[in-house]
Amino acid sequence: MAKKNKKSRWIDRMNGWLSDEEGALEREMEAAQEQAAAPDIEKLSPAEIRWAKEEQEEEARIEAAMHDWTEKKALPFARAMYNLLCVGICVTMIALLLYTVTVLPAFGDPSHPINNEVSARYIENGLQETGAVNIVTGMILDYRAFDTLGESSVLFTAAMVVLFLLRKDKDSARYSQLAQTMDQNPHSDTYYEPKNDIILQKTATILVPIVLLLGVYVVLNGHLSPGGGFSGGAIMGAGLILYVTAFGFAKMRRFFTYKTYQRVVLVALLTYALSKCYSFYTGANHIESVIPLGTPGAILSSGLILVLNICVGFIVACTMYCFYAVFRKGEL
Amino acid sequence: MQFLLVNYEQTAAVILFCIGFTTMLLHKNLLKKIIGMDIMDAGIFLFLACQGFIKGRVAPIVENGVQDVEAYINPVPAGLVLTGIVVSVSVTALMLALTVRLYYRYHTLNLDEMIALAGKEEV
Repeated sequence: MAKKNKKSRWIDRMNGWLSDEEGALEREMEAAQEQAAAPDIEKLSPAEIRWAKEEQEEEARIEAAMHDWTEKKALPFARAMYNLLCVGICVTMIALLLYTVTVLPAFGDPSHPINNEVSARYIENGLQETGAVNIVTGMILDYRAFDTLGESSVLFTAAMVVLFLLRKDKDSARYSQLAQTMDQNPHSDTYYEPKNDIILQKTATILVPIVLLLGVYVVLNGHLSPGGGFSGGAIMGAGLILYVTAFGFAKMRRFFTYKTYQRVVLVALLTYALSKCYSFYTGANHIESVIPLGTPGAILSSGLILVLNICVGFIVACTMYCFYAVFRKGEL
Repeated sequence: MQFLLVNYEQTAAVILFCIGFTTMLLHKNLLKKIIGMDIMDAGIFLFLACQGFIKGRVAPIVENGVQDVEAYINPVPAGLVLTGIVVSVSVTALMLALTVRLYYRYHTLNLDEMIALAGKEEV
């Protein structure tokens, strides 16, 4: 084997010399250097082995001393320095920001530079261009609808990541025993949660329909009065949370499961994206949109804004409930 | 100094922001860091909402067909605050979920202890 190797190497060497001399020589020199750098352990004399061992011991001693020094001197010093720096940064920041406040325009000043042609345009033409009486809704769901789609997607993504991280399934036991024994653990909140609390149930029976109705009202009147998808959705989410607190997850699952959540949110997001695609397409190509703006002030007015508000309301309500359920129980 | 009192809403917003920032830097408990971040958010929302207000004008909801710039306050900061609140809710939920997972793994909420435990794991 060794002989064959040697022979093949000799042939390689000759071929290399024939093809390009310099490259082959350099390669040979590098190989020789590598051999010199890594001496064979078996060939070392006992004295050399002793030296190596002593060297190692010395290194270990130095390392231990370094560790001791870090624990006793450097770490407390670093902590003190960190706290000192933090206080310094905070004080500097407070001083800078308070100084900034002194040079800002006065509160409620009409000549504030923020009141420029953008807000003037929204106020003067908003009603004609979007059909919404509420100019803020017209702004966020028509002029800046793309931004609001991003917002809804951020909410959806956050809900997805929370579900990834906290949802209990077959694999949960692998990451923690604690997560598994949560329900039986007397130190856990779920152990003490009220079961069949009669006062809470009677109150919830009266309050839940009213809360849900108020949420629906706020969502549907988003283009006419203060409110809209986000605030109305949050109110509806609060109603769902009140219901599940009073009556428990078993009753909630009769009409709201993980699948319901998935379907409602996906359909709402897709409807939003598709309807906005349509209005962007018509707007960019200067085509007249077939969706009528309606009479300002009527419930069926302002074109797509009502549909978009309903979509956003569904997304926000489901996501709020999802956050609550997953943090409390680890499942929907 | 006098101006700080004239603009007391903005001063309050700045002080809230700084309380949150200091809480985030000086506390080792992860939950307190998250609370600090939320206080910072609240300060920023207050500041933005202050910027939109104009004395003697009403909320930007068209009434009786009046569409004069002189009649309504600035609608732009309201939209910005709305965006901010939604993102703040999402970020808080995300941070809390990560904290729960970290607690499952290290059985502590103290950031220093957590870093020490993680360092031992790597070795």
